[in-house]
Amino acid sequence: MAVGAVLTCVAALLALAGVGVIAQSRSGASRLVYSACLALCGVILAVALSRLVAAPGPEPALTLPVGLPWIGARFRIDALTAFFLAVINFGAAAASLYALGYGEHEEHPGRVLPFYPAFLAGMNLVVLADDAFSFLVAWEFMSLASWALVVAHHREADNVRAGYIYLLMASFGTLMLLLAFGLLAGPAGSYAFGDIRAAEHAEWLAGLVLLLALVGTGSKAGLVPLHVWLPLAHPAAPSHVSALMSGVMTKVAVYGFVRITFDLLGTPSWWWGLAVLGLGSLTAVLGVLYALMQRDLKRLLAYSTVENVGIIFIGLGLALAFKASGLAAPAALALTAALFHVLNHSFFKSLLFFGAGAVLTSTGERDIEKLGGLIRRMPQVAFLFLGGCLAISALPPLNGFVSEWLLFQAILLSPDLPQWGLKLTIPAAGAMLALAAALSAACFVRAFGITFLGRPRSMEAQAAVETDPLSRAGMFLLLAACLVAGILPGVVIDAIAPVVEAQVGLKMPPQTSNAWLSIIPIAESRSSYNGLLVFSFIVFSTLLAVEVIHRFASRALRRAAPWDCGYPQPSPVTQYTADSFAQPIRRVFGEIAFLARERVEMPPPGDARPARLEVRMHDLVWQVLYAPIQGWIQLGAEKLNHLQFLTIRRYLSLVFLALVALLLMVAIWP
Amino acid sequence: MQPLALDVAHMLAGGLVLVSFMLLYQDRMFGLLNIFALHAVVLSLSIAWQAYVQNAPHLFIPGAIALILKGIIIPVALHRVVVKLGIHREIETVGGIGPTMLAGIGLVALSMVVMLRATAAADPLARQDLAFALSVILLGLLMMVTRRNAVSQVVGFLSIENGLILAATGAKGMPLVVEISVAFSVIVAFIVIGVFLFRIRERFDTVDLQALDEFRGERQ
Repeated sequence: MAVGAVLTCVAALLALAGVGVIAQSRSGASRLVYSACLALCGVILAVALSRLVAAPGPEPALTLPVGLPWIGARFRIDALTAFFLAVINFGAAAASLYALGYGEHEEHPGRVLPFYPAFLAGMNLVVLADDAFSFLVAWEFMSLASWALVVAHHREADNVRAGYIYLLMASFGTLMLLLAFGLLAGPAGSYAFGDIRAAEHAEWLAGLVLLLALVGTGSKAGLVPLHVWLPLAHPAAPSHVSALMSGVMTKVAVYGFVRITFDLLGTPSWWWGLAVLGLGSLTAVLGVLYALMQRDLKRLLAYSTVENVGIIFIGLGLALAFKASGLAAPAALALTAALFHVLNHSFFKSLLFFGAGAVLTSTGERDIEKLGGLIRRMPQVAFLFLGGCLAISALPPLNGFVSEWLLFQAILLSPDLPQWGLKLTIPAAGAMLALAAALSAACFVRAFGITFLGRPRSMEAQAAVETDPLSRAGMFLLLAACLVAGILPGVVIDAIAPVVEAQVGLKMPPQTSNAWLSIIPIAESRSSYNGLLVFSFIVFSTLLAVEVIHRFASRALRRAAPWDCGYPQPSPVTQYTADSFAQPIRRVFGEIAFLARERVEMPPPGDARPARLEVRMHDLVWQVLYAPIQGWIQLGAEKLNHLQFLTIRRYLSLVFLALVALLLMVAIWP
Repeated sequence: MQPLALDVAHMLAGGLVLVSFMLLYQDRMFGLLNIFALHAVVLSLSIAWQAYVQNAPHLFIPGAIALILKGIIIPVALHRVVVKLGIHREIETVGGIGPTMLAGIGLVALSMVVMLRATAAADPLARQDLAFALSVILLGLLMMVTRRNAVSQVVGFLSIENGLILAATGAKGMPLVVEISVAFSVIVAFIVIGVFLFRIRERFDTVDLQALDEFRGERQ
């Protein structure tokens, strides 16, 4: 039985956490733990893929006698679980491979090794759970394990604060999910997913559960305005864990959302799609705008995760809207696009975080203003990072393009919807998506250009060396996955098909049988895309260009002074900087999105001081939403503080009044 | 026999509530102590009647304890404490006698409504008893809340104890050990509170709790 095999692997991962505690910082401990993780994740991946491709009938749940007495914990693998197991374990295997090399640079392996396998086990358990209780326990276990990894380097500035905010938001999210499941289980309290699925839910209750699930899973996935912890916590962890948190853990949150809204809640109402879509487009645009402004490479990647989560939620919102109106084919297309993007983002975001980790170990810098010129010192990492940037910027023939293209195809089908509210807003969401995609390209041109091109801006960047081969192997694996998914999207779409069919009742037409491996989402007359063709065109045209240049260009060697771009001083400070690259976009969006204020300080004539340009930016969401909440809590605490200093008689009166109030309630209650 | 038993039990328990109201009304220290002794006497009568009606002679023991301890020893002791401390002035109340009495009436009505609804299936004898007992407890609490003087708070506390004993003896089949231990817990409480009264007085030259609060420098 597949679920038994996977659970055995998960138990082995948990045992490995114990090994990590014992082995601590002995030499070879990290090699042992990471290679064992690699092997175990490989096994789970194989099981999940075989389950996904073979697609046998529904499998009964496996009930283990752990957890609540007489209830136990139910685990089951269906198509949705198998897909997310594959996503999780592919990312985890790549991260383990990368960590085989990267982990050697870790200063305190004893703080990472015990929690890393536990974190992997937690994520696997979340998607395996088949009742609300084990789901919530696994969810919280995953949060706590990742929290321990976030504060692994707790002596670095801000990491403890990041951990604290993460813990707060994670608890808040779990609370919302707890309420959602409580409402779903109803007064009878049947927490098994099978019972919840079979029960009828009132419309208002289902709507309330949707909102709770959106907030609960959104706080883990990083939906604006619940994203505040994400750009703090993800960069704080060691890089392979950052990759897992950004690339994989946010996907577990997406799994939670899909499981609750598509699987458990039954037929959606039309406004659900609107809510999810609105939040998703806001998240996509704001996330990428924030990413464009960051100077910290890992924080930039974390904000870009926020953007991609927004894109995924746009797809899910579209699927909900189509499903509510009974348009199964477009719903299948939108859900396929969202799940495809889940897969893609787990590939390229892990790849990019690995690249950032390689840069970090090599130079000790995360501030891109202090990097530059790394392409000459770390050519392979630069190539791999460039591949990730191309994929995340949705350029063909890589995988990011396919999922976003599918998403646009689904958006173009929105006029079929009967509700005018949706007809008018979905094109707006499409425009937001297009804006996010364009800004994301700009963001990664900036990230790659400032980090790897130009001249080194610091001694550390000058002294950078290529990272170790095992780390590069992990990155090569992911880049290959990006390329394969981009060139052969039909295979991926067909693998997702059983998942989609289980959720919306229909799947996309099979793609692998199409001629020349092209994909046709709706009809051939409408649109089709052939990744292989684009890839071959790019390869051939490049080879042709190289050949033509080499054959017809002059072979004579010429020496000339390079153009100095108008800067006679050779200092690297005169280069284009990250801030100057982002400045036009800051001018356009900054005043509103970041409350950015620029101030020019001109010294009076005769003064020898340099002129200064000061830019102040604020986090809008933090100021508008979180600062007031913080203020209210502070105010409430201050008011309640008076209760500490009452007289005995007043305390007695409080007890007395409480008693009388309770008695009154008993008397009045019907 | 049965209607008479119910009526007399009813009358005695109701009498206890009435005496509780008299406690609330009192504004002299010695008067308060005398009424409290009356409270204990009515209680012991009620217990004795319950012992007779329920045909449970062991109930006479808590009745006797109530009569001797609360009817005689504690009032006399409190009397001496008051004389010794020299605080036989008027009792300072919070918020006037009239509103307090009105609030007390409201509390009795509340406890009737709650108890009669909650115990609809119970034995009628126990039902009435429980309702009156809850009234006595609430009135005792009200007294503790509305008095500033430590001695009258002690009296309020002891009248709460009386209410508890009334409830315990009204229910049929309650083990004797519960009733006895409730009765004896009172004496312990009395000793502790008595010691504290003298300690407070030693320290602050008054047993008016307001002075304590002022000493702690806190708001009212």
